[in-house]
Formats: sequence, structure tokens, C-alpha cells
Amino acid sequence: MSARSQTLLWIAQRASAVVLALCVVVHLATIIYAMRGGISAAEILGRTRSNTAWLAFYSLFVLACAVHAPIGLRTVLREWAAWRGRGCDAAMWLFAALLAWAGMRAVLAVTAAVT
Amino acid sequence: MSAGREQLSVRVWRGRADGEFQPFEVPRHATQTVLDVVMHIQRSLDATLAYRYACRVGMCGSCAMSVNGVPRWTCRTHVDKVAGDGRLEIAPLANLPVIRDLVADMREFFDKWARARGRFDGGNSRHDEFARVAPASAERQQVESGIECIGCGVCYSACDSVAWNPDYLGPAALLRAWTLVNDVRDTAGLERLRAVSGDAGCASCHTHLSCTERCPKQLSPTAGIAGLKRAVALAALKGAL
Repeated sequence: MSARSQTLLWIAQRASAVVLALCVVVHLATIIYAMRGGISAAEILGRTRSNTAWLAFYSLFVLACAVHAPIGLRTVLREWAAWRGRGCDAAMWLFAALLAWAGMRAVLAVTAAVT
Repeated sequence: MSAGREQLSVRVWRGRADGEFQPFEVPRHATQTVLDVVMHIQRSLDATLAYRYACRVGMCGSCAMSVNGVPRWTCRTHVDKVAGDGRLEIAPLANLPVIRDLVADMREFFDKWARARGRFDGGNSRHDEFARVAPASAERQQVESGIECIGCGVCYSACDSVAWNPDYLGPAALLRAWTLVNDVRDTAGLERLRAVSGDAGCASCHTHLSCTERCPKQLSPTAGIAGLKRAVALAALKGAL
């Protein structure tokens, strides 16, 4: 991987960290606010299904995770497990795809329109 | 000097990487430095002890060793400061190969200065006018402290990123690069940014601040590396890297 690509990964991790910081605050604040009087799973789904705003918000959250986590894990593996080179990079691309797939599957499950 | 203790119990690394500590008893004196202790051992107790020093006044950067697990310049480190209980453990600098006893192989350390394009690349000849650098200019102020580096290797030895990533250029080489990035006379700006970017460069600094904590000259390689991160990121976003 070129030095420029490595630098772009570094930038992507910092930029995604900013997005994650905002998303985590909104996520936690929403939970605390919504749970004040207790709420059932059915009530949650009633508010999230067919809701484009929550779909957009959690899609952004998931994509930021899919960018941020593999880049950080790549560094951890390089430094603590001495796993460097293309094998590690390919595994991290797969990990990013897995996070994006699993995360979006969950997001769509709670925000998709009821048919 | 702590009262009632006339002798220092000193353990000194002997041999190469697979060596071991050897115990010595050394007379304790007021205003005694760690280098004084090592010199006493070599001159009075065991003439075969290998170690390195030159100026003895904190200018040359050659006497750095690990003292009770912490990298320090030994010529300016008083025993009272680091061995209140009268015990000293002296070893070669960490993160560098051991040649013998207290002598670390500094080649890798200085090779990385070269890899970071640590040499000045000027565009003028001796026929040109002297470059005038205003002391108050922003670039000059950025490197006000960094140019005082004596190349002792203490920061390199203290750095976790060096320990975990053998390719990492290290704090001293990157601070040197930062002084040149800010040198208005230098002509190798972009090549230098390329040299200090990526996994072996400034991006691998985790900002643990060990280098800044341990630097005997109170420099901040961390601040210089942060400057490099900004410059490299900007160049990458512009597509110049």
C-alpha cells in the first residue's frame, strides 16, 4: 500500500471518529430520553419503522463504524501481532464489509417499512 | 545524598542481548552522577566494562543509558534524583541492538534520520546572498526548540511505537524532519513529507508523550510529529503526496 493510501486511511479513521462521537451522543441521549417511562420493543419498532430520519442516522453510524474499526484493528494487528502486508489489509477489507453488512441488516430490520 | 548510606548497590548489564546484570558496590558521593558511577566501575572495579561518553556536560548525546528502567542522559542525571534507596540498575538503551555491556548500536537510530530526509537540501550557492530568517516568523518559532536536539536516542528508547513497529522512524528523526519542513531555505519539502508519511512515519505516533516526558532537553517531539501529521494530511488531500 502506498504512503498516500496509508495517509488517507489515517485521515478516514480520524474523520470517522468525529462522526462516531456525534452519533454515540445522539444514540445515548435518545435511549435515555425514550426510556424515561419504560418502553416495549413493539413501541420502539412502532417509532422506528418507516422512519427515514432514523434510517439515515443509523446508516451513517454503521458506515462510520465500518470505516473506523478495521483501520484501528489493522494498526493493532500490525503492532501487537506483527501481522503486516497484503494479507492483513485484505482481511481488514473483509472485516469492513462484514461490519457494514451486519450493521445495515440490523438498521433495515428496525427502520424498514412494514409491508 | 541520603543519610547513613555510604555505598550504592549497582547492577550493570554485561554482554550482549542475552547477557545478564552484574552487581557492584560503589562508594556514594555528594553530587555524583550516574556516569560517575559507571566510570568508577570501569576504572576501579572492572576495566572490561564497555560504555560510551564524550563531553560529560550534556551536549554530545552519547552517554544515554537505561537507569532503573528509564532512559536518561547519565552525565546530567544525579544519583540522588534516581536512586533514593541507594540502588541503581544500569542497562543499554532499549529499542536498539546491544553491542556490548552498556553500548547500544545507534546505526538504526541515525539511519532513520536519513530515511526521514533529515538532511538539509538548500537551493542557494555560496555566491548567493545569505538567507534572512526573521526570528519572530511563524516557521522559525515552530522549530525554536526542535533544533536543540542532541541526538541522544532517549526519546527513541522511550517510544512504545518504536517497540511495536520496528519500521517506525521514531521521535527524533521526525522532529528533525519537522525542523526542515519549517526551514524556509529548504527545497525538499514534498519529498520529505512523502518520507515521513504512512505506517512507518508520523501516522504511527500514538501521542503517548513518552518522548516528550523523557527528553533531557525538554523538547517536544510529539508537538513536531503533530505538525507533520497536519502537513502530511493536507498534502494527501491535495493529491500532492
